[in-house]
Amino acid sequence: MYQIFNTPLYKYQKSTDQDSKNLSHYRVLIIGAGPVGLSAAIDLAIQGVEVLVLDESDKVSNGSRAICVSKRALEISERLGVGKKMLDKGVIWNLGKVFFDNKKVYEFNLLPEDGHQYPAFINLQQYYVEEYLVSRIRELQEKGYSIEIRGGNKVEEVINEPDKVTLNINTMDGNYSLSCDWLIACDGPKSTVRSSLGLDFDGQIFEDNFLIADVTMDAEFPTERRFWFDPPFNKGQSALLHKQPDGVWRIDLQLGWDIDKETEKREENVIPRLKAMLGEEVNFKLEWVSIYTFQCMKMEKFKHGRILFAGDSAHQVSPFGARGANSGVQDVDNLCWKLKLVLEERAPVSLLDSYNFERVFAAEENIINSSRSTDFITPKSKISMAFRNAVLELSERYDFARPLVNSGRLSTPSTYDNSRLNSLDGMKNPTRSRVGAPCPDLPFNDDYLLNKTGNQFCVLTFNCKITETLEDFFLPVKTIEITEGDENKDFMRDRFLGQYKEAVYLLRPDQHIAGRWPSYDKEILLEALKKATGN
Amino acid sequence: MGKINLKPNIKNNDEFYSKLIAAHEGLSEEESIEFNSRLILILSNQVGDPEILAEALEIAKRR
Ligand SMILES: Cc1cc2nc3c(=O)[nH]c(=O)nc-3n(C[C@H](O)[C@H](O)[C@H](O)COP(=O)(O)OP(=O)(O)OC[C@H]3O[C@@H](n4cnc5c(N)ncnc54)[C@H](O)[C@@H]3O)c2cc1C
Repeated sequence: MYQIFNTPLYKYQKSTDQDSKNLSHYRVLIIGAGPVGLSAAIDLAIQGVEVLVLDESDKVSNGSRAICVSKRALEISERLGVGKKMLDKGVIWNLGKVFFDNKKVYEFNLLPEDGHQYPAFINLQQYYVEEYLVSRIRELQEKGYSIEIRGGNKVEEVINEPDKVTLNINTMDGNYSLSCDWLIACDGPKSTVRSSLGLDFDGQIFEDNFLIADVTMDAEFPTERRFWFDPPFNKGQSALLHKQPDGVWRIDLQLGWDIDKETEKREENVIPRLKAMLGEEVNFKLEWVSIYTFQCMKMEKFKHGRILFAGDSAHQVSPFGARGANSGVQDVDNLCWKLKLVLEERAPVSLLDSYNFERVFAAEENIINSSRSTDFITPKSKISMAFRNAVLELSERYDFARPLVNSGRLSTPSTYDNSRLNSLDGMKNPTRSRVGAPCPDLPFNDDYLLNKTGNQFCVLTFNCKITETLEDFFLPVKTIEITEGDENKDFMRDRFLGQYKEAVYLLRPDQHIAGRWPSYDKEILLEALKKATGN
Repeated sequence: MGKINLKPNIKNNDEFYSKLIAAHEGLSEEESIEFNSRLILILSNQVGDPEILAEALEIAKRR
């Protein structure tokens, strides 16, 4: 079977930098061509920043790994130019079923909210996401953008100096060095950049061992998420079944703490477990199987001098909330526009401290959510188990217990409530679009609002107009006028206007709300723009 | 069932639940039982209404 993850997509090629007598210098280097590094590279390139990605391998993620892509990650991918492709290929699911022991206790529906381009979640194999990002990079290269990936380039050492970062890189043609103004470390959980700087994670919560298998099968299972607490086929543990494109199913089986990984991974041990879960009569084929020990941890700071950590190199969570890749993509969505402004000297270097503040906060939120799920899935004491089982039993008959069932809270974006980039909120509601929140989507001119904001700051005016030009601002600002019509009336009230007749919103390039007011005032807007750029 | 509210009513479910579990941390089983007893009495007093309390007892008995 053809598997994309066995195909080299960015083979090693010797670069002229390797023969050059002088140390080649770049403005931005990215280490790691995972979903996070690739997204960062595209984001910088489309904003006109020259960028080079180094990866020790030359292929996409081996095996499936991440499968759930969240709405916010899709919206970011839309801006990067791959969102629709992901949506087309992905599996949309809304129905979730929860089982306890041998019976179904209840089901839930994600009930997608109308008036958004993207659903709450799609399931799509990580290797597809990475493949799409790589082909987007090829497309940008053809159009003349300065973006390059070098496979077979293993970074061995990193030196963080006050005025630059120097790297020592190993290739099949020997070692060479490069330097850069800024380094984005997207080199995953075992980050060489992190260890090279002598840094570590702070606070480590061990979660558990899981057998992760992708199988193809003939049986027609519906498109839904099934989660089992303490099922007969995996006593005392949990299990998850989820659908991916191409008839592939993801199975997560919790194994417990005290196991021998090599033994558990052997086919003769895996197959009977899966048979017990899927039913003896079901024919299935193992596409990929692995055992992971999931942990929750994060670095204390994501910015160290000229080095910025993003994605798994900076933080890790267990996969129940689908917060790994989804939050990593949000890291670089937060970072790239700030880095561009700093490189162009339109913002002070201190703007990058807000990256650290906002994304450390988001990582903490993710870790809290993830460890709460784990505590529910794997109760740590007898009393905790008694409460957990009581919740599950009650949830079969009583609505009130259902929100307490926690089989993973699926990733939603953080609101940067206390960020220094925020201006004072000029409106009392709606709460969902308060200052610091990600901007909700809205049907707009036969399209969607979030497709229109581009990569720069944006002023949204609802039921009002800005007649003067904003040209004397120190940054390009795009204006989008939105008037109430039949198609968007209710959405507009609910998402943007609240109790007000008019509203003006200032969006950052990452579509988070920097300020909002019930009417337009040029001075106030300019102040807010300065604040949002650290000026 | 008559008066009892069996619709979701807890504001922040996950936070509440994790505080509830955390409150038991470090307690022996005996101490946990005692803790739960006090907790039930405190919450029952808050509910007050004998009809609702009777209904709650009925529901908790079912298995
Ligand atoms: C079973 C499983 C299920 C998951 N499910 C989900 C999910 O549903 N949703 C979700 O959002 N997340 C999920 N995750 C998490 C997700 O896979 C990771 O968060 C994601 O891959 C992180 O991306 P990254 O780009 O930061 O790092 P990685 O994907 O790890 O990429 C790091 C890259 O850096 C390169 N590299 C490393 N060291 C060096 C070096 N020294 N020099 C050069 N290159 C180097 C590597 O070759 C690699 O390409 C899951 C993970 C697992 C294991």
